[in-house]
Amino acid sequence: MSFDLSSLTDSLNTEFPGAVKTIIEYRGETTLVVLKEKVSEICRSLKDDFGFTFLADLTAVDYLEVKTPRYEVVYHVHRFGPEFDENIRIRLKAEVEGKEPTIDSVTPVWSGADWLEREVYDMFGIEFTGHPDLRRILMPDDYEPFPLRKDFDVRNREASKRSFEKELERGTE
Amino acid sequence: MGVNSTPLLGGDGFITTTIESFANWGRKNSLWPMPFGTACCAIEMMGVFASRFDLSRFGAEVARFSPRQADLMIVSGTITYKMASVCRRIYDQMPEPKWVIAMGSCTCGGGPFDSYAVVQGIDEFLPVDVYVGGCPPRPEAVIDAVMKIQKKIELQGAPVV
Repeated sequence: MSFDLSSLTDSLNTEFPGAVKTIIEYRGETTLVVLKEKVSEICRSLKDDFGFTFLADLTAVDYLEVKTPRYEVVYHVHRFGPEFDENIRIRLKAEVEGKEPTIDSVTPVWSGADWLEREVYDMFGIEFTGHPDLRRILMPDDYEPFPLRKDFDVRNREASKRSFEKELERGTE
Repeated sequence: MGVNSTPLLGGDGFITTTIESFANWGRKNSLWPMPFGTACCAIEMMGVFASRFDLSRFGAEVARFSPRQADLMIVSGTITYKMASVCRRIYDQMPEPKWVIAMGSCTCGGGPFDSYAVVQGIDEFLPVDVYVGGCPPRPEAVIDAVMKIQKKIELQGAPVV
């Protein structure tokens, strides 16, 4: 049983009209640019109907001044198969606007998305609606900027110092 | 055997000293390190403790991860601001008198990480006695730092309370 990509995209487009905006094939990798509003339903369908049980990675890209919409949230999903060539990995991309970026959480589909979405929120400031516990994960809780945004100065230590000094004031013992 | 038979001291040998220099002699030869390793330097630090370089020869016995039993903190590895408060808390939990070795470029001055999260030298929040350069430093350099600390204790010591 080999994998038929066109039947997957056809099925998604019938179920959710306009769900798959573009299909990019590059060096044996498949990328589907999908509609942001439908992302949680698309992921649910990928998992339940097509067997993509494993979310290998979830991250984001900031395209400041390169293109609009500014952000892309990227999903790498994997389907395990009994034969080697039935192991299939595809990439989903959802475009997210620059002002108050929000997107649906996929934590209800793959619970492994929990920390990955927290990391994306921590680093890019993209909010995931429906996430059970959306807090910073790497940076201190009271840290204000989002370090992986392209308009952030990576050498600016002021915010880190402020959080550290507050931590010291709270007491060290 | 023992003191009585040592020809240099003669029959009933005795030593004159002050309590302070005696205490400092003891301190200098029984340093107990608190290893605070966060990155690659920590692996080199394990080498210092292990059999080939064997820091135990200096009375600096097996490092154990209890600040209450330590008087020498070896900070080895990149320290971020989020980790810095933990490092400071452990230093505060160590009993006086205590000394600090900053091991490696990251600890001494941020190393290659001129970034939003990395402390540019632990002297921003800890009093450092000896800096060890290198990325990572050789174990010999760390042993040299320990010997410098011993020299410092011998010469300056700490008041006996």
